[in-house]
Amino acid sequence: MTSDAALLRIEGVTKAYPGVVANSDVSFTIHEGEVHALLGENGAGKSTLVKMIYGLVKPDQGRMVWRGAPYAPAKPSAARASGVAMVFQHFSLFEALSVAENVALGMETPPPMRELAARIRAVSEEYGLPLDPSRMVGDLSAGERQRVEIIRCLLQSPKLLIMDEPTSVLTPQEVEILFKTLRQLKAEGTSILYISHKLEEIRALCDEATILRRGKVVATCTPREKTAREMAEMMVGATLTPPERRAGTRGEVALGVSDLSVPSPIPFGTSLKSVSFTVARGEVLGIAGVAGNGQDELLLALSGELRSDADRVRIHGRPVGDLGPEARRRAGLVAAPEERLGHAAAPNMSLTENALLTGATRQGLTRRGFIDWRKTEAFAAAVIRDFDVRTPGTHVAARALSGGNLQKFVVGRELSQSPEVIVINQPTWGVDAAAAAAIRQAILDRAAQGAAVVVISQDLDELLEIADSFAALNEGRLSKPRPVAGLTVDEIGLMMGGAHGMEVAHHGA
Amino acid sequence: MLKLEKRPSPSVMWSRATPVLAVALTMVAGGIMFAVLGKNPFEAIRTIFWDPLFGEFAFYLRGQLLVKAGPLILIAVGLSLGFRAGIWNIGAEGQYIMGAICGAALGLAVFPTENRLIFPAMVVAGALGGWAWAMIPAVLKTRFNTNEILVSLMLVYVAQTVLAMASTGFLRNPEGMGFPGSRNFSGYAAARNGFLWEGAGLHWGGVMALATVVAAYVLLQRHMLGFQIKLSGQAPRAARYAGVQPDRLVMLCMGVAGALAGMAGLFEVTGPAGQISIDFNSGYGFTAIIVAFLGRLNPVGILFAGLLMALTYIGGEMASTNLGLPSAAIQAFQGMLLFFLLACDLLTNFRIRLAKKGEAR
Repeated sequence: MTSDAALLRIEGVTKAYPGVVANSDVSFTIHEGEVHALLGENGAGKSTLVKMIYGLVKPDQGRMVWRGAPYAPAKPSAARASGVAMVFQHFSLFEALSVAENVALGMETPPPMRELAARIRAVSEEYGLPLDPSRMVGDLSAGERQRVEIIRCLLQSPKLLIMDEPTSVLTPQEVEILFKTLRQLKAEGTSILYISHKLEEIRALCDEATILRRGKVVATCTPREKTAREMAEMMVGATLTPPERRAGTRGEVALGVSDLSVPSPIPFGTSLKSVSFTVARGEVLGIAGVAGNGQDELLLALSGELRSDADRVRIHGRPVGDLGPEARRRAGLVAAPEERLGHAAAPNMSLTENALLTGATRQGLTRRGFIDWRKTEAFAAAVIRDFDVRTPGTHVAARALSGGNLQKFVVGRELSQSPEVIVINQPTWGVDAAAAAAIRQAILDRAAQGAAVVVISQDLDELLEIADSFAALNEGRLSKPRPVAGLTVDEIGLMMGGAHGMEVAHHGA
Repeated sequence: MLKLEKRPSPSVMWSRATPVLAVALTMVAGGIMFAVLGKNPFEAIRTIFWDPLFGEFAFYLRGQLLVKAGPLILIAVGLSLGFRAGIWNIGAEGQYIMGAICGAALGLAVFPTENRLIFPAMVVAGALGGWAWAMIPAVLKTRFNTNEILVSLMLVYVAQTVLAMASTGFLRNPEGMGFPGSRNFSGYAAARNGFLWEGAGLHWGGVMALATVVAAYVLLQRHMLGFQIKLSGQAPRAARYAGVQPDRLVMLCMGVAGALAGMAGLFEVTGPAGQISIDFNSGYGFTAIIVAFLGRLNPVGILFAGLLMALTYIGGEMASTNLGLPSAAIQAFQGMLLFFLLACDLLTNFRIRLAKKGEAR
C-alpha cells in the first residue's frame, strides 16, 4: 500500500514572520502513494508549511528534497512543474465563466476549448466526480466548485496533491464522494497531503500523520492505530492541565440564551440550531469549536446585529432578543467580533472615531445626539494607555495599526465600558504572547468585578486557562456547558468534533 | 515603472490639494481641446474663468453666479449626505422638477390671493414634492432591495414627462393664448422669489443654500447622525455593529436630498425661471452630482465647487457667444473637471512611487 520511497522530504524548515515564528525546525517525509495528514489547531503553522511546498512562501532556513533532488520552488508554477498541485480552502473561480473556461484560465497553455471540455469530462468520469464543463460556476454548489478545483489539479497529473481543509464546505454525501476519489488517486500512486483538524476524517483516510503545534512538529503517528482522543491530546499538547479555578463566587444569571435558532446571514455560513446556555455574574464561559461552526453567527446573535425572538436572549432576565446593538449596549452587553478591520473598527477612521463607534452610549459621549469630541478623545486615549496600544496618537487611522495593536484597542474599548455582559470572539487572535496574556488578565479582572463573560475561541489552551465552564459549537449546535474543572481531553474532543466524526464513520459504513 | 502604494493614513494635504490640481489639469486639457478646435486656448480659458468675475460685464455676471450656484449647492449638499453613506441618488433632477411642480401648483391654485404665508407654504410644498419623489426609490430599495441608482434615474424621465404635461396641460396659463407654460410668477407678488435687494443675485434659494451648508457641516462634524452616515459609507459592517439601521438611513438620506432638491426647484421656478415651462429645469439636478464630488462631499467644499461650476456655466455661455465655441465643447470641459477630480482623488489614499526594475515583478 505505502511504498518506502520518499516523494518529498522536509528538513528543518523554519519560517518567521514579524512577531511570530510560524514554523520552527519542521521535518517530515511524504512517501510515494501515501495520504499524509497535517494536523494541528488554527495557528499551528499548517498553512505556512504548505505555502512553502507550493512555492508561495520561501523558508528562512532548512531545505526540501523532491525525489532525492533539492526542491526550492520560487513560485507556484515551478511547484506545479515539479508535480505539486493544491486545492485551496477558498476557491479562486470566476462565477460568470463556465467550468471549462475557469480551468483554461489556470493553465499556462490551454488546449482548444472543445478538447479541454472532453478532457474535463473524461477526468470527471474516471474519478467519479460528476461535473458538466459547460455549466456556469455561479450556478454550482460549494461541493461542485471544489470539484472544479480538484479536476483543475488532476489535469496536471500531479505527484503530490495538497488539500487544505477540503471538507469544511462539503455535505456528508459530498465528503464520501471526495474520499472515494482520494482513495482512487492514492491507489494510482499519487501522494496526498491532507490538512485538517477533523480527527475522525483523518483516521478514516490517512496513512501517516504529522502533528504541528505552535509551529513545531510535536508528534508523528499512524492515525489508524490511534484513537481520536490520543490524537487530540497530541494536537493540544501535554500542557492540557486546566488551572484550578476558584469556585463559589457566582452571582445570579446575567446572560441567558434559550433555544436560539437563527439562519446565517453569511454565505456558506452555519445557522445556529437551538443554542442554549446561561452565564452568571463572575463566570467565564468558554466556547470552543472548529472555525465555521457558527462562531460568527453566535457573536452576531448576541451583539444584536442578528435579531431573534425577544425571549431567546435575556440580559438580567430582561428579553433583548429583538433589540439592536445600541439597545443591548444600554442593557449592559458589549461585544467584540473576530474581524477587526471593517467589522470591529472602521479602517479609514481615526482611533477617536473608532472609540465613538461603540462607546457613545455607555460612555456618555453624546449629548442630545451631539458628539463631545473632547470626551471621546479622552476615552480613546484611556484605552490606548490602559491596554498598551502602540500608536503615535488618537488621530491615527485604524488601518495604520498592526493587527495585534488594533486587537488590543478593540478589546480594550469594549472592556473599558464597565460592561455587565461581555462577548468576545477570538480575543487574542494574532496577538503576541505578552499582549495575549494582558488581554486574558483584563477579561478575568472584569469577571472578578462581576461581569458575565462569553469567550469564543479556537485556542483551547486559552479557553482552559480563563474559562470556568466550557462548551463547544459544532455545526451550529452548542454542547451542554460543563465546568472546566475535572474536564478531560477526551471529553473536550468529543464535544468539539464528535458529531463530525460520527457522520463520516456512518456514511463510510 | 510607476507603482501605487497605499498610504497608512489618508493624506490631509492631498485631500485639500486635489480639487486645485484637478482644476489646473482641466485648464490644461481643456486648453488643448480648444486649441484643436481652432480657438485661442488662453483666450477661451480667460473668457470662462476670468471675465465673468473681473471683466466688462462682471457687475451683472457676479450676480448671475449666485443665481446659478444657489440651486447647485442646495441640491449637492443633500446628495452628498447620501453619497457619504453609500446611497446613490442619481435622480435629483426629477426630485427638483417635482418639487417645482408641487410648489408652483400650490401658488397657482390660490392665484391671485395676496398673503404673506403663500410663499413659505409653496416652499414647504416644494420640499414635500421632492421628498415624495425621492421616497419612491427609497421605499423600493428598503422593501424590495431594488437598485436606487436605476430607479431614481428612471424617475427623472417620468418627472420630465409630468413637467411636459404640466406646462402644456394642467398648469398652463389660462391667459397664455395657448402657449405652453404656466403663469409667470414675476407678476404675482405673494409667490415671487425675487432678489433680496436690487441686483444682488441673492434670492431666498441662495440664503437657504448657505443655511444648508452650515447645517450639514454641523451635522457631519458634531452630530451622531453625521457620524453614522460617514460610518455606513466607509464600513457598512462596522456600522451595523455600531447599531446603525441601514434602512432608516436610506430613507433619511434620500428624503433629505429629495426635499432639498424640491426646494431648489421651487426657488428656481418662482425666481430666475419665473414659470413652469417644459425646459425650466436646465439640468441642475445632474450637475449637482458633479458639484458634490468636486466639493469632496464636504459642505464647505461644495459651497466653493458650486460657485466654480456656476462660473464655468456663465463663462462657458460667454465663450460660446463671444468665441463661437460649440456648447458640446463646454460640456466636455465640465466633464473633464469631474474626470480629473476623481482621478486625482487617488492621491489622497495612495502615493505614486517609482519602482525599480527588480521589484516591479
